[in-house]
Amino acid sequence: MSDSPAEPAAFAFTPESAEQARAFIARYPAGRQQSAVMPLLDLAQRQEGWVSRAAIEMIANMLEMAPIQVEEVATFYTMYNRRPVGRFHVQICTNLPCMLRGSDAVIDTVCETLGIGVGETTPDGLFTVSEAECLGACVNAPVIQINDDYYEDLDPTSTRAVLEALGRGETPRTGSQTGRQTSCPAGGPTTLIPPASATESA
Amino acid sequence: MLRDRDRIFTNLYGFHDWRLSGARARGDWDGTRDLLAKGRDWVIEEMKTSGLRGRGGAGFPTGVKWSFMPKVEGSRPHYLVINADEGEPGTCKDRDILRHEPHKLVEGALIAGFAIGARVGYVYIRGEFVREAQNLQAAIDEARAAGLLGSNACGSGWPFELYIHRGAGAYICGEESALIESLEGKKGQPRLKPPFPAGVGLYGCPTTVNNVESIAVAPTILRRGGAWFAALGRQKNSGTKVFCISGHVNTPCNVEEEMGISLRELIETHAGGVRGGWDNLLAVIPGGSSVPVLTKDICDTVLMDFDSLRDVRSGLGTAAVIVMDKSTDIVRAISRLSRFYAHESCGQCTPCREGTGWLARIMARMVTGDAEPHEIERLDQLTRQIEGHTICALGDAAAWPIQGLIRAFRPELERRIAERQARDRAA
Repeated sequence: MSDSPAEPAAFAFTPESAEQARAFIARYPAGRQQSAVMPLLDLAQRQEGWVSRAAIEMIANMLEMAPIQVEEVATFYTMYNRRPVGRFHVQICTNLPCMLRGSDAVIDTVCETLGIGVGETTPDGLFTVSEAECLGACVNAPVIQINDDYYEDLDPTSTRAVLEALGRGETPRTGSQTGRQTSCPAGGPTTLIPPASATESA
Repeated sequence: MLRDRDRIFTNLYGFHDWRLSGARARGDWDGTRDLLAKGRDWVIEEMKTSGLRGRGGAGFPTGVKWSFMPKVEGSRPHYLVINADEGEPGTCKDRDILRHEPHKLVEGALIAGFAIGARVGYVYIRGEFVREAQNLQAAIDEARAAGLLGSNACGSGWPFELYIHRGAGAYICGEESALIESLEGKKGQPRLKPPFPAGVGLYGCPTTVNNVESIAVAPTILRRGGAWFAALGRQKNSGTKVFCISGHVNTPCNVEEEMGISLRELIETHAGGVRGGWDNLLAVIPGGSSVPVLTKDICDTVLMDFDSLRDVRSGLGTAAVIVMDKSTDIVRAISRLSRFYAHESCGQCTPCREGTGWLARIMARMVTGDAEPHEIERLDQLTRQIEGHTICALGDAAAWPIQGLIRAFRPELERRIAERQARDRAA
């Protein structure tokens, strides 16, 4: 495997992305368009799947920045992929709260189910596996993030089920895989308990 | 235990409608215009009276921070920046506010903006919280459509706009000056202080940076009075707090409780107790990964607030309680945190850039006992050469968990080294 990915010769925003880009730039004061570099990198990544050199140059041009300034931002923040990733980017949190609740088994299950190691992409281009730092959903540990969604309260069985569903083109339920309500204690709340007759759900 | 009628976050878990109509039914946006009509000085005084200390970890009094902003707007506009870059391991409270109580944050942003003279606010949300940012954006859009934000917010005569800025996976951007750099479109590397943001912040303008929870509790404090909030908890440690209880408990959860609740009551009332019972407890990290670990004897009696935890040489931090039972490999646990800080060091200051990697490598050897006894002392010395010698507190945060480990679990480190030595001799 080569160290450098094949770089496309050019990059341009789609008309929809270009409109979104203008809306992002408008959030910041006149002359402070550099502030929009992060949202624009995110837009480019959503369109292209990763952030190519051509995208960096286009964004630099759009924001009147030197390409190296955009490159600095694109490499400083871990969410910008500087090489292509699979259609599903599986990011496994292994930080302490997840480790205490079984992220070792989750990472083993992901690698075993997909037949690849951390940092690798399946040959069909469907899945890339990464190890993530704390995802900020610690009371629902262990947690993995796949693209924009979190899958929480995992164990090996539910981890495998989520991956297999995605592989079949299905849309698995996001959030807690044990079915509890977000960060509420399993078995029901200990505070603000609704009267039995007035239960409501969102 | 906090009474239900004193809880601020009545939709913490999202059982109810988080949109404007649901939020209004729970009391949000009630009489906001009248609160603003009482004037800036009244708002700031009421916040000071409440005793609210910043909920992002440092615990600086929010009302006092607001009072540091210039009283009159000069040639430079004022900015409000809300820190929603939640990423301190163990912490997931702002996530619930963003997705289930977004209107409390939007209303609080207007009030804070008015109090500090800011017409524009930015909410910096960690990039991974895509869905949470979508909920907050929907709440901002609803508020603008209803005239609660905009050129004459709530009919108060004060113009205020609120924008979201999404991060992209850098823990360091939770540090306020790194967050400002990031918001300006740069690498998130902390600035030297002084000057402080109230003087020179975003775009070189006067800026206040507050945590999500600090802003989101402000409307309720003003409606019910600073004295109400101050009467909860303990002196200088007042009010309510959202705690995150993770790790080896039976029912991990977030919960809003009174400041100063005992750690044991918090865990046993809301998190179903320690797995295997209280006596199966090994240790607790009481305030997110950056604060030193507490052994069980301290956990038996300690209260959960800023000063109580400082008195036992730890800290409340973000009130993220990470519980570890006796099955925990405590050395591996702290070693994992060392790896985290090495990964997240921004690289600006040499003691942190080099030191965090060094700490992580020594800690990895401590896990297997592949070290010499004198290296425990060297490890401790190394933490002290990082601590206090860097621009921001990330260096301190990397140092303290290891110092806590050596202080509380030194015999365990020695035992592993001795066992490894015995194995080597046998071989």
